Amino acid sequence: MSGGSGTAGDRPHRWGALRDSLRSGELGSLPVLLSLASIWLIFASLDEKFLSPRNLSNLSVDIVGTGLIAVGVVFVLLVGEIDLSVGSVSGLAAAVFAVLNVQHGMAEVPAVLVAVALGAAIGAVHGFFFAKVGVPAFVVTLAGLLGWNGLMLYVLGSSGTVNLDDEGLVAMLTSHYFNDVAVAYGVAALGTAGYFLVSFRDARRRIAAGVPARTGGGIAVRTGALGAVTFAAAFVLNRFQGLPLALLIFITVLVGLDHVLRRTTYGRMIFAIGGGVEAARRAGLGVVRVRISVFMVSSTMAAVGGLFLASRVTSASQASGGGNLLMNTIAAAVIGGTSLFGGRGRVWSALLGVLVIQSIASGVALLGIQAAVQYMITGGVLLVAVVIDALSRRAQKAHGRV
Amino acid sequence: MPAPPLLALKGISKRFGAVQALADIDLEIRAGQVVALVGDNGAGKSTLVKIIAGVDPADHGVVVWDGRPVHITRPHEAQALGIATVYQDLALCDNLDVVGNLFLGREIHRVGVLDEVEMERRTLGLLDTFSIRMPSVRVPVASLSGGQRQTVAISRSLLGEPRLVLLDEPTAALGIEQTAQVLDLVDRLRERGLGVLLISHNMGDVKAVADWIAVLRLGRNNGFFDVTTTSHEQIISSITGATDNAVSRRGTREWEVG
Ligand SMILES: Nc1ncnc2c1ncn2[C@@H]1O[C@H](COP(=O)(O)OP(=O)(O)OP(=O)(O)O)[C@@H](O)[C@H]1O
Ligand SMILES: [Mg+2]
Repeated sequence: MSGGSGTAGDRPHRWGALRDSLRSGELGSLPVLLSLASIWLIFASLDEKFLSPRNLSNLSVDIVGTGLIAVGVVFVLLVGEIDLSVGSVSGLAAAVFAVLNVQHGMAEVPAVLVAVALGAAIGAVHGFFFAKVGVPAFVVTLAGLLGWNGLMLYVLGSSGTVNLDDEGLVAMLTSHYFNDVAVAYGVAALGTAGYFLVSFRDARRRIAAGVPARTGGGIAVRTGALGAVTFAAAFVLNRFQGLPLALLIFITVLVGLDHVLRRTTYGRMIFAIGGGVEAARRAGLGVVRVRISVFMVSSTMAAVGGLFLASRVTSASQASGGGNLLMNTIAAAVIGGTSLFGGRGRVWSALLGVLVIQSIASGVALLGIQAAVQYMITGGVLLVAVVIDALSRRAQKAHGRV
Repeated sequence: MPAPPLLALKGISKRFGAVQALADIDLEIRAGQVVALVGDNGAGKSTLVKIIAGVDPADHGVVVWDGRPVHITRPHEAQALGIATVYQDLALCDNLDVVGNLFLGREIHRVGVLDEVEMERRTLGLLDTFSIRMPSVRVPVASLSGGQRQTVAISRSLLGEPRLVLLDEPTAALGIEQTAQVLDLVDRLRERGLGVLLISHNMGDVKAVADWIAVLRLGRNNGFFDVTTTSHEQIISSITGATDNAVSRRGTREWEVG
């Protein structure tokens, strides 16, 4: 669903609606859900340990760092731009935190705040050069990719690697589990009930206002599906160590930012700019400010994600934020269904996309295959996602010309 | 005494460097009237619309709104008076749905959150008022036909309850059926007592929907005709500036084709 267009339950037949949306290029999350299902099926059939609670639980923590960064990338993609610096910024934030906390003895909370604020400031710089000066975002953030990586190496200095406090707050971000089974089930119940309540109240207001509303059956099916998925996840997680704190934070961030994108004027402005800058400008939207802000969101989320990645390995090193991280975050957003052309996407695509990427990584590692295979599979999935993106865009245009 | 015209232009002139785009233009539009503004390429039609819309004010001349002289120097001043402008291109965000486009930049809120229900209710109400049919107000406008998109763009301008609507080539690039949709809407605007200034290159459209035809030629008034009593040829010749020669005959052909 694009444009935060709320419920679209105003068609008489569900199948008719599905056919229409297929024809008009609105595939939504369908492709990524299908590919996720097939990846899981394939790996599960190759090695039963893939679907073991331990592996799935680890997977649910492994996705968080990359996923948080990918959420920021979604914001930038939505306005039709790209941010190539997120990997370097995440590494820099981790390094700054580690050096401040471990080497300079600054308390963890202020050190975290400094690292995250640095991320926001970096985004403001990128946004300024892009939106105000008019340098293409590609170039600005490419400069950022090099520059911030250089700054990270400088900050780390000769030490190269800084180990974090194993018992510290940041380390706990990815090492803490809520062992009490009630927590995971409670969160699942809360989420499902919350979703039901919101849908139900929305439908009631719609009926009262005399506008098309989702039917009771539709709400029940969706609530049921959400409940099934969340309780199944809770069940599996509880069979290992319970709900990981990192996953809880990730989901909370997703719910919050989804609200921002779909339910606030700010979110509407982001979509509008991605779908037609000129129209947005004529409607009096502050295009420059919104553009700067999405780069700030992106860099801030990169910093936050960087802290989670550092937490996972309890260290910041010269390798932080390097490797495939940048490619994985952008690929996650795109695989999850956010368009590279701007204007179409959701924060949930970060979750789904990163699940696909990490599932492949996890499965390949489990089977003991070389990393080379992992890259090839991920590359293939990304290609498919981009092709679907391009085709659905074309289908939509063609549909409009009948 | 009859009511003053909704909008009256007196002696409007506009110059771009060496180009005298408009010279001493007079024009009147009354409520419940559709005035077609026609003229060859570069005659100054769009320039005149931009003056009324406050996008690019005139150098000289008086704009009289509802009997009072006004100075329109910015788009929102025109909007505040009740003048809505629809440009042919770039008016919509393809990815937003009909409701999102209609309310872009003036969203309705409820406890700090977009009030989708209220916006949808008002959208449906507006579409109903003007008997506009849409497959759904919740599909991205990219998937609508050209005529429907143009209808959405016009509807967007109607949200502010304007009294005068300026349409710059609303049917260019539309097929026959889609043009008919848009012209139907123009008809309904008139029925509801709005004034409409319609720029078109298509004589058929103009004849079908306009009450009056104002002709611009090389930036000057070149006739104001009652549609019912004026022949095609008369209009064409005042557009092309020829009486009966090869240019006018060729002109006639071109204009009828459009
Ligand atoms: N911003 C501008 N700067 C310079 N010259 C301009 C500008 N806008 C319009 N003109 C000139 O003013 C004249 C009138 O242009 P205008 O766009 O109003 O014509 P038009 O009647 O709308 O033509 P068309 O049918 O092609 O749309 C033209 O000679 C054009 O080149
Ligand atoms: Mg023009």
